[in-house]
Amino acid sequence: MIPTEYYLFLGTGLFTIGVIGVLTRRNVLIILMSIELILNAVNINLMTLSQYFKSVDGQVFAIFVITDAAAEAAVGLGLIIALFRNKETVNADEIDLLKW
Amino acid sequence: MLDYIWLIPIFPLAGAAIQLFFGRRLPNKVVSAVSVGLPGLSFLWAVGCFVQFLGLSENYHHVFAKPLYTWLPAGAFHLSNGSMGNLNVNVGMQLDPLSCVMMLVVTGVGFLIHVYSIGYMAHEGGYYRFFGYLNLFMFSMLVLVLADNYLMMFVGWEGVGLCSYLLIGFYFLRKSASDAGKKAFIVNRIGDAAFLLGVMLMVVTFGTLDFQHITEAARSPHLQVGGGIITTICILLFIGATGKSAQIPLYVWLPDAMEGPTPVSALIHAATMVTAGVYMVARSNALFALSPTALALVAGIGAATAIWAASIGLVQNDIKRVLAYSTVSQLGYMFLACGVGAFTAGIFHLMTHAFFKALLFLASGSVIHALSGEQDMRKMGALKSKIPTTYWTLAVAALAISGIPPLAGFFSKDEILWQSFAGPYGHTLLWAIGWITAGLTAFYMFRLIFMTFWGQSRVPHEVEHHIHESPRSMLIPLVTLAALSIVGGFVGMPKSLLGGEWFGKFLDPVFEGNPVVPLHEYGQGMEYFLTGLSVVTAIAGISIAYLMYVRQPALSERMAAVFTGLHRVLLHKYYVDEIYDALFVNRVKDLGSALAAFDLGVVDGGVNGVGWSTRMSGEFTRLWDTWVIDGLVNVLGFVVKILSWPARIVQTGLVQNYAWFITMGVMAFMVYYLLH
Repeated sequence: MIPTEYYLFLGTGLFTIGVIGVLTRRNVLIILMSIELILNAVNINLMTLSQYFKSVDGQVFAIFVITDAAAEAAVGLGLIIALFRNKETVNADEIDLLKW
Repeated sequence: MLDYIWLIPIFPLAGAAIQLFFGRRLPNKVVSAVSVGLPGLSFLWAVGCFVQFLGLSENYHHVFAKPLYTWLPAGAFHLSNGSMGNLNVNVGMQLDPLSCVMMLVVTGVGFLIHVYSIGYMAHEGGYYRFFGYLNLFMFSMLVLVLADNYLMMFVGWEGVGLCSYLLIGFYFLRKSASDAGKKAFIVNRIGDAAFLLGVMLMVVTFGTLDFQHITEAARSPHLQVGGGIITTICILLFIGATGKSAQIPLYVWLPDAMEGPTPVSALIHAATMVTAGVYMVARSNALFALSPTALALVAGIGAATAIWAASIGLVQNDIKRVLAYSTVSQLGYMFLACGVGAFTAGIFHLMTHAFFKALLFLASGSVIHALSGEQDMRKMGALKSKIPTTYWTLAVAALAISGIPPLAGFFSKDEILWQSFAGPYGHTLLWAIGWITAGLTAFYMFRLIFMTFWGQSRVPHEVEHHIHESPRSMLIPLVTLAALSIVGGFVGMPKSLLGGEWFGKFLDPVFEGNPVVPLHEYGQGMEYFLTGLSVVTAIAGISIAYLMYVRQPALSERMAAVFTGLHRVLLHKYYVDEIYDALFVNRVKDLGSALAAFDLGVVDGGVNGVGWSTRMSGEFTRLWDTWVIDGLVNVLGFVVKILSWPARIVQTGLVQNYAWFITMGVMAFMVYYLLH
């Protein structure tokens, strides 16, 4: 079948893209999307390893991660809306109020 | 009464104390009653003491001594010549013929002048102050004449000097008056310095200051003193006398002293204070008798002063100035007498002079009072019918001072002239100077009379309306003194005029015991001749004055025009004041300026410098505080800022940076675990 390493490489690749997105992108909504990407990359890894180890634990954990990602996205959007109301911007590099 | 002899000076002292503490609140009548009554009481007590003294001993030999209190119990000490001295200075009194005469003159004439002052000062401000000072003067003068030692006499000496200053400057708001007071005191002080040196020399020579002890020591045959010591003592004492009694060179204060009220001029500068010098020389007769040099000096200065002052008096226009110079001149006569060894004659003249000079001043005060303050004789004239009593008392005094017999001045002045011609230390030159001065005296006195009372009236119109005779309080002393000027001389009627010479006999015990130097041998005729010569000269002086000021008034002006230079020199008193100013007064003022400059520059400069350096040290502290202390604190802060730089730059506030740091940390851990 498809070797397990290919799924893991996919997961790693998506994770890396997600991290780079979080660290690099300016628009906070894109950062949120990147965070979702990371979480989905983690989900793929969980599923892969569930299949490899012939265990259901991985899949159960993946359901938890999806729920968690949904809640987190709701909170994140709430934060962005509150931020936008105060600062009129969605650029991450303009939010430096805690700068020394 | 003699036991309470100390009351005589205490009565006027009480008056002075009352006036000077309470006088301001007392009405004038009370002030008069107290301040004239108390000296009157003094006079009566003095008369009582005198009468008692007469009965004490046969030839008035006994000296009544009354020590009151030991002032300086200095005790015994060794003198340089090996003997022991015992300097116990007492506050004490002694009464001998000499101090009797002085005491009676001072209290008697003083009392009359106090009575006169009631009328004269009636409308003046400071009435109580005047009488307070006058009483204080009486106290000091009585201490002077009744003292039994040189130091007490000096206390009185200084006291009269003080009162003289206070009274000359009585109208102190007038600059000329306060200047005159200062001048009198300062010039007097110079004499006093010499007097004090003489007293100090007496302490180391005799070891005592009592009159009795010094007289005994001086007259004892066992006296062993160094060469010029006695002469030095006598000369120093005499310099003190020139200051107090206005002789050359210290007479300059007396004419200026006329700024004071007229009773002051009469009492202090005619009858009493200025005679203190003569009294002192007479009191020290035992010392002077040991030093012919000193006697010669006294006689020389006396004669020189007499003619010097008389010449200045010839041309003065202020009535009181003429009298002032006359006083200086007559004092010269008294010193001339003492200097030729005729101490009795000198004291006799002192007494008669007190009568007629006081009268002259008081009467001229009456004239000034009548003319509402005018003192310039050029603005007087034709007053004899308007103020008759003043006129004839003044005329009596003028006759007395000119030496017209049988008035008092004739006997005393004649005795002096005879003694200076024929006396033990006499000299023809001294007699000649005295004789010429007598002529000048007669001239200027009658010039005064004629200019004031005779001739045409030169009185300004407004003044003329107010001419009035003086009140009785002023006239009674005038008449009394006139009577004394007429009869006062009879107590000393010389033998040559068939008199009893009571005065001379009375004073003998004081002056006998001195080494006897016989009179020059002259016949009786010489004495009569000289007496007659003096009288003729006096009459000649009066006649010339009559000619120049009554008959032909233009003559005096023509003479002044002819002898302009001489006239100007005499009018300006030989420019002595100006010379003294240039030589001494301005030099002292320069010293004062130099010292003031030193004070301002150096002393004040130093104080200011200390202030400046304090301010500068404050500056230094400020700089230290600002640069060093604050600098340290700032550096500390700077260091902290530098050291915190790494920690600071991390806080960018950007969430993505923080995420990157987390990622870096995770990767570092991963690398570490993968490699191990």
